[in-house]
Amino acid sequence: MAEDKPRDPEKDKLKIKSAKKMRDIMTAYYIDAKTARDNGKKVAWITSGGPVEALHVMDVIPVYPENHSAMIGATKMGGQLCELAENMGYCADICSYARSDIACATINGGPIGGLPAPDFLVCCNNICGTVMKWYEVQARYFNVPLFIFDTPICHTDFPEETRRYVEKQTVEYITFLEQVCGKKFDFDRMMEVGKLSLQGQRLWQDILDTTMSKPSPMSAFDAFFHMAMIVTLRGTQTAVDYYQELLAEMRERAANKIGVVPHEKYRLLWDNLAIWHKMKWLSEKFAAHDACLVADTYTSAWCSSMKYLDEGDFLKSMVAGYTRIYLNIGVDQMADIIKKMITKYDVDGIVMHSNRSCKPYSLGQYDIRKRIQDEFGLPILMIEADMVDERSFSESQIETRIDAFMEVIKEKKG
Amino acid sequence: MEAIQAFQRVVDDPGGYLKTLKAKRKIIGYCCTYTPEEIIFAAGAHPARLFGTKGAIQRADAHLQSYSCSLVRGVLEDALAGNLDALDGMVFPHTCDSIQRLSDIWRLNISSTWHNDVVLPVKLNTASAQEYLADVLGKFRRELQAWIGAPLTDASLKNSIATYNRLRVLIKRVYELRSASPAIMSGRAVNTMVKGAMIMDRLEAVQQLENLVQALEAGTGQTARSTAKRVILAGSICNHPEIYDIVEKAGAEVVWDELCTGSRFFEGPIAEDGDPLAAIARRYVGRMNCPAKHKDLRSRGETLLHMVQDHTAAGVIFLNFKFCEPHAFDYPYLKEMLQERGIASLLLEIDQELPAAGQLATRIEAFIETI
Ligand code: SF4
Ligand code: SF4
Repeated sequence: MAEDKPRDPEKDKLKIKSAKKMRDIMTAYYIDAKTARDNGKKVAWITSGGPVEALHVMDVIPVYPENHSAMIGATKMGGQLCELAENMGYCADICSYARSDIACATINGGPIGGLPAPDFLVCCNNICGTVMKWYEVQARYFNVPLFIFDTPICHTDFPEETRRYVEKQTVEYITFLEQVCGKKFDFDRMMEVGKLSLQGQRLWQDILDTTMSKPSPMSAFDAFFHMAMIVTLRGTQTAVDYYQELLAEMRERAANKIGVVPHEKYRLLWDNLAIWHKMKWLSEKFAAHDACLVADTYTSAWCSSMKYLDEGDFLKSMVAGYTRIYLNIGVDQMADIIKKMITKYDVDGIVMHSNRSCKPYSLGQYDIRKRIQDEFGLPILMIEADMVDERSFSESQIETRIDAFMEVIKEKKG
Repeated sequence: MEAIQAFQRVVDDPGGYLKTLKAKRKIIGYCCTYTPEEIIFAAGAHPARLFGTKGAIQRADAHLQSYSCSLVRGVLEDALAGNLDALDGMVFPHTCDSIQRLSDIWRLNISSTWHNDVVLPVKLNTASAQEYLADVLGKFRRELQAWIGAPLTDASLKNSIATYNRLRVLIKRVYELRSASPAIMSGRAVNTMVKGAMIMDRLEAVQQLENLVQALEAGTGQTARSTAKRVILAGSICNHPEIYDIVEKAGAEVVWDELCTGSRFFEGPIAEDGDPLAAIARRYVGRMNCPAKHKDLRSRGETLLHMVQDHTAAGVIFLNFKFCEPHAFDYPYLKEMLQERGIASLLLEIDQELPAAGQLATRIEAFIETI
């Protein structure tokens, strides 16, 4: 069907060309992971905010159940897999990333026929306590070792005892890896991987920052797509090379005033995870109002602690780097970061995804909303949904609310 | 029973009761069994466990989504409604994601109380986590002392530990007596006793419990052997004592529990010699854990199995808060572990309001019939 349609050069111009390469890289990555055992490599499952660099040092292939669950959501297989988890006894109120992963592991289903089984698990709770429970389930299921990298939440500050505790765990983590991999940790290699990780994070932030241009060369929906690399291939040359290319393309688009939303008039900020199963619908919905979601708090979280990282001593600096990320801080600090983003990206309003799945991200949103409204008087739309489980999405209701919200924005901005 | 009535009074009107204590000392609220109450008590302050509101939740809806558990929402509701005006301070040990955010929301909205986060480790099974735990407790001691403005000595900590050990031994004694002959006291009364002891002045609670144990011990032997089926209640806290009534009406008895308002509160004595803070930390490490803390992969299940065996129970009723993730994640493996030994279980997910009484009774009765 699609091939029969005459190509629309105007629409073609809007498309981000690097996207194809991104797909190819991700496909190759998953093939590598699924054939790891044939190639004598180990596979580790790791949480999205986990210290992956050390795995690259050990030549272990890191696999991210969260990224996989996002794919499950994007391919609209979430509802079905979540239901399977519910039949296994997992209640429908727990995180749908966890539910779909737990279910998928038992049937090797989903968009890529399941993830390769792990040799061991690395769980860092800097994003939530949910992952600890989720990884306990998988450690029982696969009967493999689990390393918990415990990063105590920094409600207001980063206390000395926390720094000490996480520093000790860095050493324990390396010992753990040496044991499960049966080889020595190469500290020189760590230096290189650390540099690549930081380089990747810098590039990713630069890419996100191209959206300061008006019109914005990309949107948060594009960021949701391209973030897979900063999550899964952080610390590799592949990610650095790819992001260099993507950055060049975005800068060129910005220079040529090519906006991703053809007639960008309104600029919005997105809060919380993507609603993976409604990406296209939402992006078209907002574009129809000439609104572009130019920034978001989610994809930028992977460079939220860059300021603490030191490429000269990555291991030491990652103590703060992994503990003080967005989400592992107080609600007021999160609000402050959003306030800075409002000014930086010059946004006219905020769309907050109140995500039933993700409590650390969503509880506190009402207070953030209030603080921002008090200070900026910005219109804020709160959409209650779930990132993966499409069963709880009420399209018509949300559509009406988006329309009403855009009316307010239009009235305000003219 | 007189003691139970005393506990009942404080459970019925905790706000009013705490006001009467307020004249004498600072009142510090908390909502988790990992709160180092012994330190608060040693500082001359009064630790008061909060259980959430009894009324409807309205004000909290401006801060917390409907998909958070009714404990978190209920505690905030009570605070916003002014039902906790007696509190001088609030302590938040790190528990789950919801409590973590409740702490932030509390700090930003309720300025009348001293606010302290005790950011415990989530794992308890490594040396570095235990050192960190000791560090965090030490810090809490220093901060509390600074706020109270009076020295918090090792001697007062040791006294406090002795009081808590006594309190816990007494509660456990009541559980043991009741496990031996359930008819001596209703399940509802047990629930009231534990909750009351977590609100009441601890010395007074010890006194009431001494009396209660004495009365129960004097009375045993006179009660006929119970023929009721024996079940165990597992979960976090039970805010709906009606459940005990329903179980009893259906011909069963809750003979033991795995609740924060139960065995998770009283299990595990604290060593009375050596460094008192280290001893408190050791109790957390050794005691049966809550699902928000990692000890290993199966110890919660094993604890539950032992309980079933020790108390010759025929089934387990899981009482989980709706929207509570730590407990929801554990349920399938616990259920499976029980099933493998032929032990039946029932899951009840409880929100602020109980489902229509008949509905709950039907489920519980059906379960009890099968065991
Ligand atoms: S969506 Fe939220 S709760 Fe689920 S794994 Fe991610 S951070 Fe944790
Ligand atoms: S009941 Fe569950 S969700 Fe609620 S505070 Fe306790 S552990 Fe957290």
